[in-house]
Amino acid sequence: MKLSAHDLSVRVANRTILQAIGLTLEPGEFVGLIGPNGAGKSTLLRTLAGAVPHGGELTLDDRPLAGYSARERARRIGYLGQDRHVAWPLTVADVVGLGRIPYRAPLSRESDADRRAVARALSVTQMENLANRPSDRLSGGEVARMLLARLIAQETPILLADEPIAGLDPAHQLATVQIFADMARAGHTVLASLHDLTLAGRWCDRLVLLDGGRIVVQGAPEAVLTPERIAETYGVEARFDRDADGLIVVPLRLVGQHRREVR
Amino acid sequence: MMRRPSFPALVTLLAILTAVLFASSLLVGPSDIGVGDAFGALFGNEGVTTMVMREIRLPRAILSVSVGATLGLSGAVLQGWLRNPLADAGVLGIGSSAALGAVIAIVSGLAYASPLALPLSALAGAGLAAILVFALAGQGEGGNGLILAGVAVASLTSALTALTLNLSANPFATLEIVFWSMGSLGDRSLDHVYLALPFMAAGWLLLASVGRSLDAMTLGAETASSLGVRVAWVRAVILFVTAAAVGGATAVTGVVGFVGLVVPHVLRPLVGSRPSRLMVASALGGATLLTMADLAVRLILPSRDLKLGVVTAIVGAPFFFRLILHERRRSMR
Repeated sequence: MKLSAHDLSVRVANRTILQAIGLTLEPGEFVGLIGPNGAGKSTLLRTLAGAVPHGGELTLDDRPLAGYSARERARRIGYLGQDRHVAWPLTVADVVGLGRIPYRAPLSRESDADRRAVARALSVTQMENLANRPSDRLSGGEVARMLLARLIAQETPILLADEPIAGLDPAHQLATVQIFADMARAGHTVLASLHDLTLAGRWCDRLVLLDGGRIVVQGAPEAVLTPERIAETYGVEARFDRDADGLIVVPLRLVGQHRREVR
Repeated sequence: MMRRPSFPALVTLLAILTAVLFASSLLVGPSDIGVGDAFGALFGNEGVTTMVMREIRLPRAILSVSVGATLGLSGAVLQGWLRNPLADAGVLGIGSSAALGAVIAIVSGLAYASPLALPLSALAGAGLAAILVFALAGQGEGGNGLILAGVAVASLTSALTALTLNLSANPFATLEIVFWSMGSLGDRSLDHVYLALPFMAAGWLLLASVGRSLDAMTLGAETASSLGVRVAWVRAVILFVTAAAVGGATAVTGVVGFVGLVVPHVLRPLVGSRPSRLMVASALGGATLLTMADLAVRLILPSRDLKLGVVTAIVGAPFFFRLILHERRRSMR
């Protein structure tokens, strides 16, 4: 499935949040969405998920996304938000099973396909041994993995994830991007917003740098991640290095503060 | 792992309990009618006994079960949608606006002209409140918009009720509205059933369609929307259907508090907290609690006209205490 935005814009209460967004997501791609806080990353992800009124064109396989029913959309595009609050202490397996809602007829029992999808999602995220644990007895990282499993159980060709590795320890950060990369290899399309530039640079096929509601640049990680651009958009000076697997980007000091000290 | 009954077992148990209480409700009353005679008269034609059974006890039993089910169900639905364990139809201002409708009927004298004027006026009050809440809350997805609008409407209608009583020339109006606000199933006829039941039954059917959406709302409106829930639509359905069903119930019984709040609370752990399952369990649990309370009203102090809402609160509060203590232990672990 191809998700494509052309001259996309979003205005909320007379404020422009996104403008002139041109972006195409192809199957098999793991695309990283980077940019400073307030750049519009979350709004872009929500808009691509079909949840925000917008100007411009947004198409899924060359058909306007708005023309799909809510249920059709939910079988094609999965969305993992930043909100990790789970209102009731459902078990982990039940929360993951919520990802099957787009496939279930009213009042039906879960099908074999539903059970298989949940079991697979629990196994991919290594949550099998926690399947029957109420979700209010999980650590923050376990909640994040449970919600990731919920997204995986939805089995959508396109996955949109808003800061999926925030709050995870290094091992689980790596495990999460590994899952997304594997899913892309398997033909899914993944767009995830990330703040860790090293992870973004090494794992994503392509990066999209957003600042002030516009796409500054998109392309191969090496082309997007340059010292000048990082300084301009994030206002930080970063150390750039490289090993056999790709770039290493470590932010070291604020550029703005540095200038102020010089003056 | 917490041990809990399977969902079918729980539903079967609650259904049997409801059926037994419904039958008991038919057997309790001031006229001394034996079990065999009672059911014989209900289905046959045995003069006065049949009249007592069909026109006094049957409406009361039907109303206690259906009103209880409506209150329990709507509490479960609103708590699930608003993601708030303290929600019930009261937070949407439905009870207080129905009370305003009732007070207007009493003060204007309409209530004395026709027995159905008061319930109809109360129902109209609940409907207007729902429209006002909907208009105030706007199209935002958050549950807080609805709660804030509900609280605002509830304060306005309470103030208007007080004002109406304040200016009323009828000295008994205050007394009547106070009693009405305690809820009762005494002296209800089949006309009351015909008035309220269609609203309540339509409500059950329509609310049955939102179960999956409530499950999805466990993860918030954004995620629910990405799971295919039409958030704005479901929200409107829940608001208006709840207002109609609870409005219909409240119109004939007066305000019966606590059922919508406590029943979902007590049953939630028993259904693994799943909102859609809680709907079924709470409907049956509400029917059970209200019918039990109505039996208590008639068996304890039958001569003092104990009010239903008073008893539901007294029966329900200890459950609530137990739950709070349980939660406290749980969080301290």
